[in-house]
Amino acid sequence: MLGFLKEPVVVTAKINVNLVALTVLGLISRLWGLCYPRAVVFDEVYYGQFVSLYMKRIFFVDDSGPPFGHMLLALGGGFDGNFLWNRIGAEYSMNVPVWSLRLLPALAGALCVPLAYQILVELHFSHCAAIGAALLILLENSLITQSRFMLLESILIFFILLAVLSYLKFYNLQKHSAFSGSWWFWLLLTGVACSCAVGVKYMGLFTYMLLLATAGLHFWHMIGDQNLSNVCSTFPAQFEFSVLFQVSLLCHFLARGLALIIIPVGLYLSFFYVHLALLYRSGPHDQIMTSAFQASLEGGLARITQGQPLEVAYGSQVTLRNVLGKPVQCWLHSHTNTYPIRYENGRGSSHQQQVTCYPFKDVNNWWIVKDPGMQQLVVSNPPRPVRHGHIVQLVHGITTRYLNTHDVAAPLSPHSQEVSCYIDYNISMPAQNLWRVEIVNRESDTDVWKTILSEVRFIHVNTSAVLKLSGASLPEWGYRQLEVVGEKLSKGYHQSMVWNVEEHRYGKSQEQKEREVELHSPTQMDISKNLSFMAKFTELQWKILTLKNEDTEHKYSSSALDWITMDTNIAYWLHPTSGAQIHLLGNVATWASANAAALAYLCLSLWYLLRRRRKIYDIPEDAWQLWMSAGGICGGGWAVNYLPFFLMEKTLFLYHYLPAVTFQILLIPVVLQHLSDHLCRSVLLKSMFSALLVAWFSWVYFVYCTFSPLSYGQPALSPSELRALRWKDTWNILIRKQ
Amino acid sequence: MRRARRGAARGGCPRMPPRQREPRRGPGGPARPAPPAATRPAALALVTLLSFASRFHRLREPPHVCWDETHFGKMGSYYINRTFFFDVHPPLGKMLIGLAGYLSGYDGTFPFQKPGDRYEQHNYIGMRGFCAFLGSCLVPFAYLTVLELSKSLPAALLTAFILIFDTGCITLSQYILLDPILMFFLMGAVLSMVKCNSCADRPFSVSWWFWLSLTGVSLAGAMGVKFVGLFVVLLVGLNTIYDLWDLLGNLSLSLVMFGKHLLARVLCLIVLPLALYMAMFAVHFAVLNRSGPGDGFFSSAFQSQLIGNNLHNVSVPEHLAYGSVVTMKNLRMAGGYLHSHWHLYPEGVGARQQQVTAYLHKDLNNLWIIKKHDSDTADLSDPSSPVEFVRHGDIIRLEHKETSRNLHSHQHEAPLTRKHFQVTGYGINGTGDSNDFWRIEVVGRKSGTLIKVLRSQVRLTHVATGCMLGSSGKTLPKWGWEQVEVTCTPYLKETPNSLWNFEDHINPKLPNISLDVLKPSFAEILLESHMVMIRGNSGLKPKDNEVTSKPWHWPINYQGLRFSGVNETDYRVYLLGNPVIWWLNLVTIGLYLLITVCTAVALKRGVQLTSELKELSRVVLCAGGQITLGWLLHYLPFFMMGRVLYFHHYFPAMLFSSMLTGITWDALLKFCAGFLSPSTTARKVYGGGFLALILLILYSFYLFHPLSYGMVGPMASNPSSPMAGLRWMDSWEF
Repeated sequence: MLGFLKEPVVVTAKINVNLVALTVLGLISRLWGLCYPRAVVFDEVYYGQFVSLYMKRIFFVDDSGPPFGHMLLALGGGFDGNFLWNRIGAEYSMNVPVWSLRLLPALAGALCVPLAYQILVELHFSHCAAIGAALLILLENSLITQSRFMLLESILIFFILLAVLSYLKFYNLQKHSAFSGSWWFWLLLTGVACSCAVGVKYMGLFTYMLLLATAGLHFWHMIGDQNLSNVCSTFPAQFEFSVLFQVSLLCHFLARGLALIIIPVGLYLSFFYVHLALLYRSGPHDQIMTSAFQASLEGGLARITQGQPLEVAYGSQVTLRNVLGKPVQCWLHSHTNTYPIRYENGRGSSHQQQVTCYPFKDVNNWWIVKDPGMQQLVVSNPPRPVRHGHIVQLVHGITTRYLNTHDVAAPLSPHSQEVSCYIDYNISMPAQNLWRVEIVNRESDTDVWKTILSEVRFIHVNTSAVLKLSGASLPEWGYRQLEVVGEKLSKGYHQSMVWNVEEHRYGKSQEQKEREVELHSPTQMDISKNLSFMAKFTELQWKILTLKNEDTEHKYSSSALDWITMDTNIAYWLHPTSGAQIHLLGNVATWASANAAALAYLCLSLWYLLRRRRKIYDIPEDAWQLWMSAGGICGGGWAVNYLPFFLMEKTLFLYHYLPAVTFQILLIPVVLQHLSDHLCRSVLLKSMFSALLVAWFSWVYFVYCTFSPLSYGQPALSPSELRALRWKDTWNILIRKQ
Repeated sequence: MRRARRGAARGGCPRMPPRQREPRRGPGGPARPAPPAATRPAALALVTLLSFASRFHRLREPPHVCWDETHFGKMGSYYINRTFFFDVHPPLGKMLIGLAGYLSGYDGTFPFQKPGDRYEQHNYIGMRGFCAFLGSCLVPFAYLTVLELSKSLPAALLTAFILIFDTGCITLSQYILLDPILMFFLMGAVLSMVKCNSCADRPFSVSWWFWLSLTGVSLAGAMGVKFVGLFVVLLVGLNTIYDLWDLLGNLSLSLVMFGKHLLARVLCLIVLPLALYMAMFAVHFAVLNRSGPGDGFFSSAFQSQLIGNNLHNVSVPEHLAYGSVVTMKNLRMAGGYLHSHWHLYPEGVGARQQQVTAYLHKDLNNLWIIKKHDSDTADLSDPSSPVEFVRHGDIIRLEHKETSRNLHSHQHEAPLTRKHFQVTGYGINGTGDSNDFWRIEVVGRKSGTLIKVLRSQVRLTHVATGCMLGSSGKTLPKWGWEQVEVTCTPYLKETPNSLWNFEDHINPKLPNISLDVLKPSFAEILLESHMVMIRGNSGLKPKDNEVTSKPWHWPINYQGLRFSGVNETDYRVYLLGNPVIWWLNLVTIGLYLLITVCTAVALKRGVQLTSELKELSRVVLCAGGQITLGWLLHYLPFFMMGRVLYFHHYFPAMLFSSMLTGITWDALLKFCAGFLSPSTTARKVYGGGFLALILLILYSFYLFHPLSYGMVGPMASNPSSPMAGLRWMDSWEF
């Protein structure tokens, strides 16, 4: 107990000075002059908005990725969210804590330097190679630029490298101390880092897949290892290896499944949980979501729908929203104007009252659900709810005309039927105004039609056409509102055919005049409803994945092929008066060397592989294993983070390549060490090689220094200096006209 | 034999399975005696007969145009009439349809306007019969493939029965479509690949060469019908790489021998198909030498080759000079001519100046005069003054001939593409301002080169703002006469949208040359037609509110395609797989994965297996693996495709799926029977299992055969319909 009295307390600390020095260098390079420029730089204009919305707790949807990255940026804190993010280059006002908002990405960027060092060490390469890798990352201008602002790539790269490192640590522990504390720690950290990476940007998924595949491969080798027993039995063996435990395959499998699949999925869900818990106010992106989701947010739709009767009954007054929400959210609408007798292309119409879908709240969006068998337009007491399969008429509230469709071609979609509000012209065109209510998301066939929750299709009884939003907008005569048609050949389920009740109240006035007054008054009654987290999550996730940005053209967008040779750059910021500017521009020397290394790796591997197939072994077996595993991680990381972009159709930018290029840079020391160890056999060659290395590294450093004014934005350069930096014709460096 | 043993020891797939040994009648061994030699041809004959009978039954019905016959029948007619057309698929399939029609006496006069048009006296049966013939061949091909892979007659028979009695396969084979032709070549390639693999023990023998070159021919055929054929090329390619890798590891084979192997494969699988593929296109362009509906998709130089096109046999001056009158065509697919007219942009749309648009038709308003930017060209019209050619990098002014206004741009937003600048006609009688100056540049040239009519791809850069003249492809509203918008784009990307070429060229001072000098070479034509096809394919995007078929619908037979007839009185044909068969296939895929994982783990763990089980696991892993790879290659890529997809795209994958079903059930039943002790019970279980499966297939075919052979009368939702009660999924529409 009191042992410390007898012996002195000794704390021995082993400090890897390399690591500390690299970390310090990394911090200096990323944190130096972090507040400069005190203006909105490039995509900060975009991410800053989300930070503001977090601060104000306002709900938003970002179609570019999951919310974890935005949350981390918002952690910077100390910000009241009051800044108008509208223009790149706008000066920050005093209330924006620029330093703390930019700190987290910069820290993540700085930590990538020691991570690179550690990864190379864990891959069993020499400390010299590891330091080389770290220095290359340190002197990479594009990574510096990208980490010094409120952007997500540096955080993503940090988590990716962390995941790789922890998997390697875990794998190296596997042989000697499976199921030990540190084994568990690194295994779990792998999973956590993976889910964080995916949570920051979906690009993280590529590295996650790579690690899963690697883990699968390693496990496959374990299956072949006959020393492991099948069943879960951990018994101390009596013989000399009494310390060791016979650990089973099944335990290994379960541990991996838990750490690499279940925990990441759980964490990913928790990001969304926090996101939805934090953002409870309605905001600018509400209309993308369904009515049910909107109603769960504070303010906005909830203010209107709060306290509505839940069950739609005969006599209910409702507004009907199209579930698709594309191109804009809109409500079924009618007004006194009629379809023109003849359209511009000569086709005729029924000349009845127009029915459209209108993107704004309006008193003409109100419809009354009527029982065809009865005349009254009020809700009886007790209310008679409308159920799935019931046949109803829909009466337009203001004009009291019936929703109707008939075998007349629709104005813009001639293959579908025209939908109108019926006017009796006393010609041989009878009213066909019966609609069958079909609840799409019903649980049983007798479900009641519910406000907001039920998604409903209206099927025309005479022609079995389905009420549908065609998506086209009508010409001038229809006030550019959206066309609604009856779709005869309804092929399966599509959201454009589904409607839900948004605003709802029980009609009480029998007289038309009173009813108009009633329609104009806001709804008020009581019932509240809450969506479960899973329902909200699925909807939000689905929206994030399917939402498409229309704007596909950008001045600095590039194609994936331009990235390898860095034929493109992105201007991030330009000083309003001087020539100081910030560009996303890589270190040309590093990028070229990385390409050369990748090529060399590929050729050498192919050569070795073919030779080995003919039973000729050029390098020792363990060197070969090292070569393959390093290539698998670094080369594989480059491939999985780069090649998928060729299949993507979205707008691409140079910064999408940064994770891939990080892996590619790690490949340089791998190849160099291999060359010096195995191909430079004589002493003379070796020393020549070292001399070349020094020269090459000076070149890298020189390029870094040359381009650092463009990475840090200072000092300001004169036009002639800028012109000298335009090493490639395709680079777009901004030169002010004198 | 040595290689086979080595392969087995390594756990890889030996290319050549051990020769059929005398079946060992081990206790409980389910190995049945190999069927007598006579049963195999008999079985093949039976299968072929049934297949032909099922495909040719009621081939004439319905006697009107069904579904895509309207396209492919029409294209067959184009070949007979020799008019040029454009389609997104390579030409072989349509050429064969045309040939079949020609040989069977169809004269190419039927217009194939829309589905439902009656054929009347026109002879359409030859084209349908040809497709049905190729469709019928699929069954024996699949039968032989499975027989070769699994060496098991029941497995092959099961596959054959699945394909014979699948309503989807029958329907798809009965009409004038590309799919039966594609699948014929595809299965041909798979069969010959498998056959060639089993000849691996006697390389360079006649049969080896035969099957290898047949693989190449089939590959060319598959690629020549549809680009989907690329997937089977990939399958054969992967198989060949594996094969070569195996040979390389065989140290008894000298490197010279290996080189010979490599060379033979390069010759048969790369050179031969490429040559055939190019020959197809050569025939295509040789046959279609008359101007037709496809002209507009191709460049001006190409159009000059077509009889009847206005560019045919024209002679124009070759190099552009100041004072020339020209028309400019946009290089985007179906891009129009630069056009202007007296009408102004309406109020509120940029500056109220004269409209400049792109117009798809020939018109006098497409004519522009090239002038120097700094001097008026009154003196240039003087015949005595020397001709001055326009060079790359010159700054020019384009004057509209009819209205004498200059092509002009300024920093107002364009009418539709808001991020671009507006392009207008400005000035009076050629006098404008400095916003009328454009720099003319030829793509990929150095400064000073002359600009050629038709051949030079030119971009026009606006001098004042640095933007490029381009056509956005969007149609203007009524005020712009629904012509195409022309803008000046500040995004300096090299896209066909911002490239132009000169088509007509009038300059009396220059000597005319015949356009034949500009005749594109065959390689250029080939490249151009591929570019056009690829662009056309990627242009087939689904519209926003359209219900489209999704790849995950397909294996579960979620929704079919309506081939003919909508109403109760119509003769209705509905393309839908036999649901029993399709769901059996679906279950089998899951089952197969399970079996594979178990087998692979067992082998990896070194579990000792009896020789029968070893043979079984070899069939499951190697034969099944090959087929599964085929299925994956023909199915997964569709998930990544942006274009409009249809249900019938799944049918090539379905062929593989059916073969997998045969192989898997055979292995599964053998495995189960292996546990039963007396061999008679084992055989009973094995035979009974197969019989049950086949009876199930037959019964389901009896239920669903009206889908392919036509339904008349009330819809299935009506209880009095013969199909009542068979609408198992709400999404089926019959």
